[in-house]
Amino acid sequence: MNQIKPLNVLIKGLLLFALFNLVIAAWQPGVGQLSLYNVLYPGRERLPFGENPKQSYNLSLFDLDAMFASHVIAGTPKADDEFRVVIVGDSSVWGTLLKPEETLAGQLNADNLNACGKTVRAYNLGYPTISLTKDAMLLSYAVQYNPDLVIWMTTLDAFPLEKQTSTPLVANNVEKVRELATSYQLRVEADDPNFEVKNFWQKTFVGNRRAWADFFRLQIYGVMWSATGIDQVYPSEYEKAQTDFEADESYHDLTAPLSEDNLAINALETGFRVVGETPMLLVNEPMLISSGTNSDIRYNFFYPRWAYDNYREIMTSLSQRNGWMYADLWDIVPANEFTNSAIHLTPAGENMLAENLAPYILENCK
Amino acid sequence: MALENILILAAASLLWATTFRNHGRTWFMLIASVVVIFWLQPALPIRGADFFTPVATLVLVVLTWFITTDDETRKQRKNIIILAIVAGVVLLLNLTRFVPQLQLFTASRPPQLETTLLVFLITGLTLIALSRLTRFSASILTVGLVLTIGLFLLIKIPALSLLLSSFLRTLSGQSLTNVSINDFRWMGFSYVAFRLIHTIRDKQSGRFPSVDVGEFITYVIFFPAFTAGPIDRLERFIKDLRAPFAGLTLEAFYSAGQRLLLGLFKKFVIADALALIALNDTNATQVTSTFWMWVIVYAYAFQIYFDFSGYTDIALGIAQLLGIKLPENFASPYLKPNLTQFWNNWHMTLTQWFRAYFFNPITRWLRSWQKPMSIPMMILLTQVATMLLIGFWHGVTWNFTLWGLWHGLGLFIHNRWNDATKAKSAAWATSPTKLAILNVSGILFTFHFVAIGWIFFALSSPITSWQVILKLFGVQ
Repeated sequence: MNQIKPLNVLIKGLLLFALFNLVIAAWQPGVGQLSLYNVLYPGRERLPFGENPKQSYNLSLFDLDAMFASHVIAGTPKADDEFRVVIVGDSSVWGTLLKPEETLAGQLNADNLNACGKTVRAYNLGYPTISLTKDAMLLSYAVQYNPDLVIWMTTLDAFPLEKQTSTPLVANNVEKVRELATSYQLRVEADDPNFEVKNFWQKTFVGNRRAWADFFRLQIYGVMWSATGIDQVYPSEYEKAQTDFEADESYHDLTAPLSEDNLAINALETGFRVVGETPMLLVNEPMLISSGTNSDIRYNFFYPRWAYDNYREIMTSLSQRNGWMYADLWDIVPANEFTNSAIHLTPAGENMLAENLAPYILENCK
Repeated sequence: MALENILILAAASLLWATTFRNHGRTWFMLIASVVVIFWLQPALPIRGADFFTPVATLVLVVLTWFITTDDETRKQRKNIIILAIVAGVVLLLNLTRFVPQLQLFTASRPPQLETTLLVFLITGLTLIALSRLTRFSASILTVGLVLTIGLFLLIKIPALSLLLSSFLRTLSGQSLTNVSINDFRWMGFSYVAFRLIHTIRDKQSGRFPSVDVGEFITYVIFFPAFTAGPIDRLERFIKDLRAPFAGLTLEAFYSAGQRLLLGLFKKFVIADALALIALNDTNATQVTSTFWMWVIVYAYAFQIYFDFSGYTDIALGIAQLLGIKLPENFASPYLKPNLTQFWNNWHMTLTQWFRAYFFNPITRWLRSWQKPMSIPMMILLTQVATMLLIGFWHGVTWNFTLWGLWHGLGLFIHNRWNDATKAKSAAWATSPTKLAILNVSGILFTFHFVAIGWIFFALSSPITSWQVILKLFGVQ
């Protein structure tokens, strides 16, 4: 029997490991598309996001392939009698503090709407950061699932230019954003400091170990998602959204009046170009209208009145000019139906929103 | 031990073994072990406790050595030199109080030097006092045994632990408002206590080898095995320690490296991944179906195995780099066809310890009665008492009691079942296929018995444990 030479084993092992790293860096395999969700586990009702994975059985990662592969939409072939609605937006769509069935998508599904003889099935593709560019990026993924209608829920805070690429999901998907720039004329600064351009070392298995670990953790947490149906922490108590404010009229270093040039209108247009012929309803989402201290100056924590009023005018004008389907639902939910933020709704608030959106869905079926 | 602790210790051991070989190897092991008990001690909310806890470990070890060692060995000059060096290392660690950049081995800023010197002074005076009492060595050994067990109970019984925390908080002038049983975590004490009890009992039965204080300290707090075992025997350990070490051969390096890598993989890849989905107090009440409840119970069963056996592999690998062959702790326990064999292969050094120092003596004692009880009764009593004690070793709580009871009764029932069916089984299992059927069904049954037992071990409440069991069988 040949004797094993430990030093040779060590050297060969190191060489193979180095080679493995180089192959990974050069090949950049799209392992994110492989998923145990929708195969061993049911798909998630909303995109993975979580700051406390051990309690929420959910985590934030940047691999869009893996995120979408874990979503129920990726494992649900569109039936002939399905009227597919995808909803994109921020944490109000994703459903902070809400169980999946309490979110807007969940409530629409519970309503069992029938659109032109087809059953309405809504999919929650919201993600809890506020940026139009992030939404446009998610829309570019959403269209591959053949939606019959897209609902894009948005709010003024998604529009400031500096917020477009600073959200980690966008900053870590520079190639996807550049694709949007090439194919759909999204305006992107070539040297945007928010973009994390990976060097060769960062593309190796070792250099990119965080992403690999996230991918595996997402698969493992599928067990707990299946076992418990929990995908976020539901605290028994939380601090209610602020209703008293300082007399502060500032908004993102912008001055009155707001102009389209100060806002990421281009990202909004990109979103419409991405969905193409698919009908898309743009919605100015409900927000808390405060009646506390200085509420004559500010509507809520996010917005001074002047900025928000300007924004609504701009949105109305924009939609008319471009022929966009637009619903301004900013004030349909009373202040007591908001939870920990001026845009996070209670289940009852989501129900009001669903009731207001239902007619738009029924009107847009073919 | 965290990954960085393990890698640093493995690298330091490898460096020493390849560079200095046998020169100062025992010194390296002694000093490294002393430093490591400070390094691994987690931060505690009681002021100075994370420094004085390792100091207390050392004091306890030295006192135990003193009362168990014969006069002649005790009087050797080298012991004073060794004690001076150990004290010097502790003082150096204490002096890092004045150099924050060097506070690498203590969880928080070390306390005032005067307090440490006072502890040394009291220890020295105690040693002098003890040396005058050698005539009463037998009773001193009993006192030492009682004190060690008492200390162990103080740490393990929540109510006493709370009292201890309150006392220490008062001693350090801290408020009692936030006092908690988690205030005081004595890193490695469970293993230290068992090694100390073992040496005291061996001394009482005249089997204690003659060792100097350095060898004894190294044995009790040997850094690879400090936090998670295995529990070696002194005479075996000393044999390796005293054997000439010609340096690390390639074969030994390969074998140790393989063991270390296997341990790292088991612990940090498999066990840590399983930990994300393993049964715990939170998810026990969240799982909605029987199927998934089984999955998380299985995950816990495998997590605890890979975690613990991984640490054992790591300890064995690092020790092997230094020429010490620590005893095995696990031998495929989940592949054993009955509960008795499971316990002969799970945490083997602990079960051997209990067999040697509790089960066998108590069995002998029961047999020595003028009117001995029936054999089944004796088996029931000894098995249940042993397993209850193993449960208490993990913590004196209702759930560890239930876990001990579960296994004690399981061992008794297996013993009786085996007696009753042995002949029938042998008569039936006449072909390899039938033998395999018996074996596989035994493995499956034993594994599930053990896995259900882990529910008591993993959870803190008997009510939640019962609810999990009901869910497993679809009752809830």
